[in-house]
Amino acid sequence: MSDEALVQEKPFAVTLDVGTSLLNKTGTWRTSRPVYVDRLPPCNNACPAGENIQAWLFAAEEGDYESAWRKIMEENPFPSVMGRVCYQPCEQSCNRVQLDESVGINSVERFLGDQAIKYDWKIDVGEPTGKRVMVVGGGPGGLAAAYHLRRMGHAVTLFESASKAGGMLRWGIPKYRLPREKLNAEIARIEAMGVEIRLNSPVADLKASMVEGGYDAAFLAVGASTPKRLEIPIEGDMPVVEGIKLLRDVELEQTGYLKGRVVVYGGGNTAMDVARSAKRLTGFTPQVIVRRAREYMAAHDFEIQEALDEVVDIHNLRTIREIKGKTVVLEKQVADDTGRPFPTGQFEEIEADILVMALGQDTELSLLSNLPSIEINWGVVAVDAGMMTGEAGIFAGGDMVPSERTVTTAIGHGKKAARNIDAWLRGERYAPAPKHQLVSYQMLNPWYYSDAPRTVRPTLEVIRRQSGFAEVIGDLNEENALFEARRCMSCGNCFECDNCYGICPDNAIRKLGPGNRFEFKYDYCKGCGMCATECPCGAIEVVPEEI
Amino acid sequence: MPNLPESQQRVKFYQTGTFTVGNRLLDSEQRTVQATLDRSNSLDSGHRACQGCGEALGARFAIDAAMRATNNQLIAANATGCLEVFTTPYPETAWSIPWIHSLFGNASAVASGIAAAMKVKGREEVRVIAQGGDGGTTDIGIGCLSGTFDRNDDVLYICYNNQAYMNTGVQRSSATPAAARTATTMPVGAEPGNAFQSGKSVPLIAIAHQIPYVATASVHDLHDLEVKVMKAMQIRGARYIEIFVPCPLGWGSIPGDTIKVARMAVESGMYPLLEGGNGEIIGVSKIRRRVPVDAYLKLQKRFAHVFKPENASQLERLRAIAENNIRRFDLLSKEDDQS
Repeated sequence: MSDEALVQEKPFAVTLDVGTSLLNKTGTWRTSRPVYVDRLPPCNNACPAGENIQAWLFAAEEGDYESAWRKIMEENPFPSVMGRVCYQPCEQSCNRVQLDESVGINSVERFLGDQAIKYDWKIDVGEPTGKRVMVVGGGPGGLAAAYHLRRMGHAVTLFESASKAGGMLRWGIPKYRLPREKLNAEIARIEAMGVEIRLNSPVADLKASMVEGGYDAAFLAVGASTPKRLEIPIEGDMPVVEGIKLLRDVELEQTGYLKGRVVVYGGGNTAMDVARSAKRLTGFTPQVIVRRAREYMAAHDFEIQEALDEVVDIHNLRTIREIKGKTVVLEKQVADDTGRPFPTGQFEEIEADILVMALGQDTELSLLSNLPSIEINWGVVAVDAGMMTGEAGIFAGGDMVPSERTVTTAIGHGKKAARNIDAWLRGERYAPAPKHQLVSYQMLNPWYYSDAPRTVRPTLEVIRRQSGFAEVIGDLNEENALFEARRCMSCGNCFECDNCYGICPDNAIRKLGPGNRFEFKYDYCKGCGMCATECPCGAIEVVPEEI
Repeated sequence: MPNLPESQQRVKFYQTGTFTVGNRLLDSEQRTVQATLDRSNSLDSGHRACQGCGEALGARFAIDAAMRATNNQLIAANATGCLEVFTTPYPETAWSIPWIHSLFGNASAVASGIAAAMKVKGREEVRVIAQGGDGGTTDIGIGCLSGTFDRNDDVLYICYNNQAYMNTGVQRSSATPAAARTATTMPVGAEPGNAFQSGKSVPLIAIAHQIPYVATASVHDLHDLEVKVMKAMQIRGARYIEIFVPCPLGWGSIPGDTIKVARMAVESGMYPLLEGGNGEIIGVSKIRRRVPVDAYLKLQKRFAHVFKPENASQLERLRAIAENNIRRFDLLSKEDDQS
């Protein structure tokens, strides 16, 4: 081409073709790079049952309740029950507390659990493996283990000593906290998955039962139902009843003996439940005697508060010295800096008609007498990190192993044991996935979250709580359950808000479409880090570039 | 997202509302242009702006929105300045729209000419934007700009205000704030940094021209910015939008903090977001979560000297500027949360 032709082809005074800046790979400027991460939300971290709370709230936010429920069911077969009786460590650790109030995770879980019961959603069982597992104890831990083992395809037989399954959920938690139709529905769903539940079947000798039944492994979750005893000098004929027996009798509606003024001895959740039940049954204001100060009581704070709301008298820093006729003699205590009480030698008296002892429970372990390799310390069974006892193939969990004694912990043990039993049956060891980095509030950019105070669940009027066993805490309806789910800040996990995609000054982020998140165009990313600063939920990390 | 039954649609709360760029729970018409897969990326990758450049960001926000509003029938005339230099080192360009650069001070005149040409050719669906930095607008270009306003030519002028001549090495402009350090207002002497009681507000000057639409916007509030650009493009005649664009290099801020700095400027009252038209102020964006002026200043090295004890009176005067803005434009009175 001649020079003249070249000049002719282009506009006046232009000698070079127009080029695009895309040839200029500004990624070479970068000294640090942003990367998408999934971090561990504090709720998930706190959940004793290992629920992926952020993930199921994510599904619930879209109104996809069944997916949300199925996400819960991967970890915990009792959403409806948990939504009532869990002590909510998730909510206590929720990052939203620092913005306004924690997300009402528990109430959403309850809503999802109740939806599942209403629409009769089912869970599939796994392909049969040919292995048989024996579960001893039909409480939350045993039922959870049985459920997960069925999902993995193992045959499960559950031995329950009582006339109904449920353990402490049935015999220790009164109806006003857990309506029985919800409990029964969730147990029935597990049974419908093919778990054989043998009622009225205590196991006296575990080793013999395993051999007899041809079981490949066993999970023990016999709980702690033997009341701790304390000798109190009694003159006269004041009746004394164990708290745990009273709650059982409440369930069986055999409480004719509970009349008049009730004194409850103990400061745990059982004591609170006993006092609240006594209030409903006698009409008198129960007197609860607690050795420690209020802040050191074993009962959870909201249970104490609900008891006080219903007008239960709690006498802190008192012990029962003796009983003479209808007079209970209390000795005042004084606490040291650590909260440990010491007697003062000062006494006071109250009048009562019946004493209920609620000082905690021990576990009954005679079924292990033929298994000397199983170590028992301080009345509980020692287990390794995989929930296995000293005897190969025998696992244990719940209140009978060293742990915090809550329903949620027991359910978590059941799941963990099931996973380890499954691996053990295949001759492997279960290796839990490594945990992601925990998300602190400082990793979030709270500017982006709308202001939204928590939806308070309606509570039953106090006057109606004093005579009946109707459920105290009400439901959320669909509208406010959805609202509550949407208060979740999705800590540490991308929820596709498009912030990074929108605010990159170098257009160096590619949007992959709904559900597929985003990716960086490292050819152009200059590493300014704005995406990480402006990510609301802390799902972008900036790492140094290796040079 | 599945089609929800009516009962769920009544839930008005969307987690992050319209504070984020998009949000999967929002109706698509409530999301920003920037959240879409098919945004025009008028200012594409490979440009040579510094890390964390607020101007590059503001320009893509504004021009993408204008492209959406005009069905891609858009021409831009650019003043000299960073935006011109970093996007278009001859013969390469980062612009994917028809774009022309002439001189430092004549962008609005060039745009007026293009608009007139389009009118003559009967192609009035093609809309024209003039754009430049604060130097090319408030100082060098104000004569041409005032003429465009005076004639009410069909041009939207967008000023990307980074408060100094950044391209040439951070010299003071008439948009540089009081006390700020620049290469020509060094923090020395009795009144270190830029003088108080100097400079000018082009948005208020534009309102005084009685043109149909004037607005200020900030890169931290994309929804607000896009709404203002869209609104401007619905109107024929002269329009002016000033966008607050932090400059990490010139302000001494961390590149990753650009949006944070812009947010703090607005939330502290230092940069009010206004709308005006036909000679009057017709709207203000309320402060959502007020932050102290000091918190805004501390993000930037150009204000470091005001925190020395001997310059305490400067700090007081800066705080007074924010207080005055809040009072004058009523930035704090309560409105419903926009979520």
